[in-house]
Amino acid sequence: MLHEIIIAGFGGQGVMSMGQLIAYSGMLEDKHVSWLPSYGPEQRGGTANASVIVSDEPVGSPVISRPTAAIVLNKPSFEKFEPMIRPGGVLIVNSSLIDSKSIRDDITIIEVPASELANELGESRVANSIILGVFIALTKAVSEESVIESLKKVLPERRHNLIPVNQAALEKGAELVVQ
Amino acid sequence: MGKVLMKGNEVIAEAAVHAGCKYLFSYPITPQSELVAYMAKRLPEVGGLFLQAESEVAAINMVYGAASAGVRVMTSSSSPGVSLKQEGISYLVGSELPAVVVNIMRGGPGLGSIQPAQSDYFQATKGGGHGDYQIPVYAPATLQEIVDLMRDAFNLADRYRTPVYILGDGMLGQMMEPVEFKEVVNEELPPKDWATTATRGDGGPKLTNSLFLDPAELEEHNNHLQAKYAKIKEAEVRYESYLLDDADYVIVAYGTVSRIAKNAIKEARNQGIKVGMIRPITLWPFPEQPFIETRDRVKGYLTVEMSAGQMVEDVRLAVEGRKPVFFYGRTGGMVPGQEEILEKIIEMAGGEQ
Repeated sequence: MLHEIIIAGFGGQGVMSMGQLIAYSGMLEDKHVSWLPSYGPEQRGGTANASVIVSDEPVGSPVISRPTAAIVLNKPSFEKFEPMIRPGGVLIVNSSLIDSKSIRDDITIIEVPASELANELGESRVANSIILGVFIALTKAVSEESVIESLKKVLPERRHNLIPVNQAALEKGAELVVQ
Repeated sequence: MGKVLMKGNEVIAEAAVHAGCKYLFSYPITPQSELVAYMAKRLPEVGGLFLQAESEVAAINMVYGAASAGVRVMTSSSSPGVSLKQEGISYLVGSELPAVVVNIMRGGPGLGSIQPAQSDYFQATKGGGHGDYQIPVYAPATLQEIVDLMRDAFNLADRYRTPVYILGDGMLGQMMEPVEFKEVVNEELPPKDWATTATRGDGGPKLTNSLFLDPAELEEHNNHLQAKYAKIKEAEVRYESYLLDDADYVIVAYGTVSRIAKNAIKEARNQGIKVGMIRPITLWPFPEQPFIETRDRVKGYLTVEMSAGQMVEDVRLAVEGRKPVFFYGRTGGMVPGQEEILEKIIEMAGGEQ
């Protein structure tokens, strides 16, 4: 089992945190993980990405050249990473912000109107959790339970009230895959 | 304590604390600033002190002072900052003061970039400052290895009374991996009876000094340092051999590049090319033994670095011209991809198998 995941978007969209959550969850499942951020002179509004590896074996290179999955949250990230995905891999597109369509027929593509779905839950801030729900349902890289467990660890105590709505968001994302 | 997910820079800091480091004098610089930030919070918790110096020059001289007092002390920076520290490092060497110097390298020369590089190999392994000297250099490749090497670095510094480098690149500093801090019983070290913590009527004044105006005396001091380096070369070399037993070709790489190379090696083996790797863990002393053992039976070596070709010189010295030594490097903060390395391996092996 080897998942090489790239999560990319604008700075401030939460790509680093989403990556850390996946890495943390993998660690809780006793898998080998690594998390590598792009760290250019980034700022809010610039593009940023995190490379996350979840594997049964010790992680070799933390640098990913052919991702098994890419989560793209903005258009520049779509354009950069869509061609790099390994055949048989997964592309998750935040269609609330990206109108580009992939024409590749050798990967699984799922478009997620994350902002709209988050608003349906009455909490616009859980858009990333919906996408994460899609990701874990599609790839089984980590389990939903581990993500919830990780949220408890990474969120400060005063934010734990947000865990139920995040859980609902993860499940809403997973339902999208079933459909 | 189980596994924790941490950033490389934070791991260096926490591992230093576990190794008994109580003092850090540094100035923030990307890509190692998290180390400084972590220590600013952490050191007071263990009764230590972090001080953000007004410059890298000041920081290294604070290290000189603290080391003279016999405490475990460290400074950290990235390439341009480490250049500024060179005078002070030479003084530490001359005065035989133990300290750990961390360099999380970025692209150069000059202000360069903030992206990962390995272009300070010459500076770290061939002196760096003025005078005849060597400094032991540890080059960890994983975050767990940092944990183990930090303790060794402080111990080695104390045992030989020398500064020791931890050399990583921006990728190592910025990435996260799970690490485990195991409680280790520290080895017995010689007492620091030379530390300038005042006399108690028990002998003459104690001085830490690198000034020897009498040339004969300075030559004797140099001979003493050289004898120390001979001992370090004898006892402290470290390296990892990877799939060398049946290898026709050998990659030589250190730090994070060795991890990218490992991926390329696996792929090359899938394609029928028998490749192995020598990964120096100490860059000085450089591991010559694995080259002596392989140079008569393998067909060639390929050194991969994030530099224009620095370690490759030591590889050539160790191979002594018996086999071709190839080089592949990226500079400026560009990271060699595993496909590029694979291509070079195929080229070295004379094309597709």
